[in-house]
Amino acid sequence: MGKGRMTTLKGFLIGLLSLSLLGGAFAASERDKIVRLATTTSTDNSGLLGDLLPRFTRVTGYQVHVIAVGTGKALRMGRDGDVDVVLVHAPAAERKFVRDGHGVQRLPVMFNDFVLVGPDDDPAVVAKAKSAVDALRRIAEHGGVFVSRGDDSGTHKKERGLWAAQGLTPSGVWYREVGQGMGKVLQIADELNAYTLTDRGTWLAYREKSRLQVVYQGHEELFNPYAIIQVSAQRYPDLNHAGAKALIDWIRGDEGQQAIAAYRKSGEQLFKPSANSVAVR
Amino acid sequence: MGSIAESTQQALVLLFGGDPDLWVIIGISFKVSLTALLIATPFAIAMAFLLAFGRFPGRRLLITTFNTLLSFPAVVVGLTFYILLSRQGPLGEWQLLFTQPAMVIGQIALALPILIAMGHSSLQATDRRAWETARTLGASRTRAVMTLMREARFGLLAALLAAFGRIIAEVGASMMLGGNILHYTRNIPTAIALETSKGEFAQGIALGLVLLMMAFLLNGLLQVVQGKGRPVA
Repeated sequence: MGKGRMTTLKGFLIGLLSLSLLGGAFAASERDKIVRLATTTSTDNSGLLGDLLPRFTRVTGYQVHVIAVGTGKALRMGRDGDVDVVLVHAPAAERKFVRDGHGVQRLPVMFNDFVLVGPDDDPAVVAKAKSAVDALRRIAEHGGVFVSRGDDSGTHKKERGLWAAQGLTPSGVWYREVGQGMGKVLQIADELNAYTLTDRGTWLAYREKSRLQVVYQGHEELFNPYAIIQVSAQRYPDLNHAGAKALIDWIRGDEGQQAIAAYRKSGEQLFKPSANSVAVR
Repeated sequence: MGSIAESTQQALVLLFGGDPDLWVIIGISFKVSLTALLIATPFAIAMAFLLAFGRFPGRRLLITTFNTLLSFPAVVVGLTFYILLSRQGPLGEWQLLFTQPAMVIGQIALALPILIAMGHSSLQATDRRAWETARTLGASRTRAVMTLMREARFGLLAALLAAFGRIIAEVGASMMLGGNILHYTRNIPTAIALETSKGEFAQGIALGLVLLMMAFLLNGLLQVVQGKGRPVA
């Protein structure tokens, strides 16, 4: 079977060869023109990035490859050096990310707030809650169904923080962790006639397709800031740091900030620019 | 959501109104899956030959292995190559994660077991004497191989179609390895997943229709080819 083995070997080598040729053709050509951005589902599903990034490309020539996942996963991709820059919304996790040396600096970009949405008739009387924490306790005690992101996203971290603030560990059939993006969670909550915590941007983008209503909003605890972080150049010298920096400068510059302020979905502003504000925590 | 009829109607408008985004997605799907098939096929056929006509220790084990790999979940393939290709992984230096080549690699891994297992059984089914006859009549090894491939052509074609059908419709590995990047790694299945999560059912249906039509066409083609071949076989 000496010759048979040769055939196999040849086939295998041809496969490898064409693969490496292919890899070269696909990958090397434009890597320095491409910025890889890991971000949250909220910035992508709300349509904001689809509006912003073509402008950025026009000005700078960089293409942005958006990988939309939860904040936890986005930070993980940054830590592993699989992306050049991250745009996320979980201040505590972001600070740790920078402190641990995975990112250069945490820079504010914009903010909005979280809202609690739920069924129209509000069975847990959340509307009367005195705080966001109180609102969640009412849902837990009055047996409303709550849909949780359950995916370690920024919104999920926020939600867990609110439960933890009152020493509660939510569990039971009323508490459903679905492990999906914000848009999907809003759909699920709609189908189940349940409560859920959402960022206002995604909610405004989905509101027309949903029968749910905002049942609680406006408390300081529900503040939702977004920050952009360049992945460490020391750890990963061969990432596209110039491109990452260009994106950061643009999105925090006049043009980017004005575009964020101008972005509307059915007449409502989704995000407020915050690159120059001092009040942002 | 609107009625199914309404979404379907919108889908047709999207498809035939020449919505450019939709066609980019379709193009990416075909480019990636055809490339994967092109790379996987020569190796798979060589392997299938070896399994069908070779006699060596471990052959049965190999056959069992490839048959087992047939039911290997796509998400596990995705996860395996994600770990390998991530910058923290052993192949991290290639920087291939979230690129089209990463998707190609994942799809090769998914296509190989189908091509090998189905190719092997169709070659196995050919008459072993055809090989010996061809050889004794003085045919070179290559010629003899060609003769056998001709004998088994319908089976091999069916293997190709089955493999193509699996990889072009597969969402798990493409999502993980490609990252669902617009205009680059967003293919038909990952786009359907995304559009559904956004509540945009029309786009999802439009892309689903493309997959269905393609499956229909390919199978029709197979029927035609087999129909023509019947008198000979």
